[in-house]
Amino acid sequence: MKRSWGVWLVVAAFAVLLALLGRGLMLNPRELPSALVGKPAPIAQLQALPQLPNVQTAQRADLRTGAAPTATQLLGQVWMLNVWASWCVSCREEHGVLMDIARSAVVPLYGLAYKDKTDDALVWLRQRGNPYAASFDDATGRMGIELGVYGVPETFVIDRQGIVRHRSTGPLTQREWAEVIRPLVERLKRTQA
Amino acid sequence: MSTSDPQLEPQVKAVAEQLRCLVCQNQTIADSNSELAVDLRSQIREQLQQGRSEQQIADYMAQRYGDYVLYKPPVNAATALLWAGPFTLVVGGALAMTIAIRRRRPKPGSTSKEATATVTVPTGAGGADA
Repeated sequence: MKRSWGVWLVVAAFAVLLALLGRGLMLNPRELPSALVGKPAPIAQLQALPQLPNVQTAQRADLRTGAAPTATQLLGQVWMLNVWASWCVSCREEHGVLMDIARSAVVPLYGLAYKDKTDDALVWLRQRGNPYAASFDDATGRMGIELGVYGVPETFVIDRQGIVRHRSTGPLTQREWAEVIRPLVERLKRTQA
Repeated sequence: MSTSDPQLEPQVKAVAEQLRCLVCQNQTIADSNSELAVDLRSQIREQLQQGRSEQQIADYMAQRYGDYVLYKPPVNAATALLWAGPFTLVVGGALAMTIAIRRRRPKPGSTSKEATATVTVPTGAGGADA
């Protein structure tokens, strides 16, 4: 009797180990936990960055790029930061979603051109439309490191206190905007009023 | 973009070897040639030039990219199983083995006699047959 109890213990321990390893196999190693969520966004460093020069587009004549957001725009209101680059293929995929977000006027969307040539970034914005209320120019990628960016595109939601509330990696989808980000933004706007 | 200082390079490499490249996972930042790894190496170089310690730089990276970048993860609640697991297994295994061996072995006192007996019986039996 005692002996079979020991055998079952070994079998149970093995099953637990197997379950753990099995779960490990199912996880997506590309989905990294974000270190920045719940922590202050590096707003001061962001404000120190140069801005892309003015861009006006046919689609969004009222949106321009060039004027740096003021401290009160980055602290005191909920906003979004989209990290992108003209050389980034999957940024094309999400561009339509970004335009929709800008059109919805639910939340100010700022852009961070990551390791991009200024001219290329401007051509992109002119040709495809400019969803950004302002565009920071991170030519060296230093700001990307501050944000823990490891691949573009990435999108952050920052609350009134300047705390990062959400980070999404990879191209934004209409669905993520509608089901995750928009409700979050609206909640943050309500609760922190 | 910092100017490379040949004397600093071994130290840059030492720090970079402890950090995981996020683009090409399973490579260290020292091994990887991805653009991000190159940038992070120059970041390490810059910070070393500013006199920051290796630990400070590792902390800087972990703050931005998470503990995930550290090849040697810190001990905390999330990594407790990772750190304690192997030792628990070894101790548990040793314990189980000791118990199993003790149980298999006959009562103390009679041990030596019986052990001799088991060895000698077959030989004795064989001898009797012949």
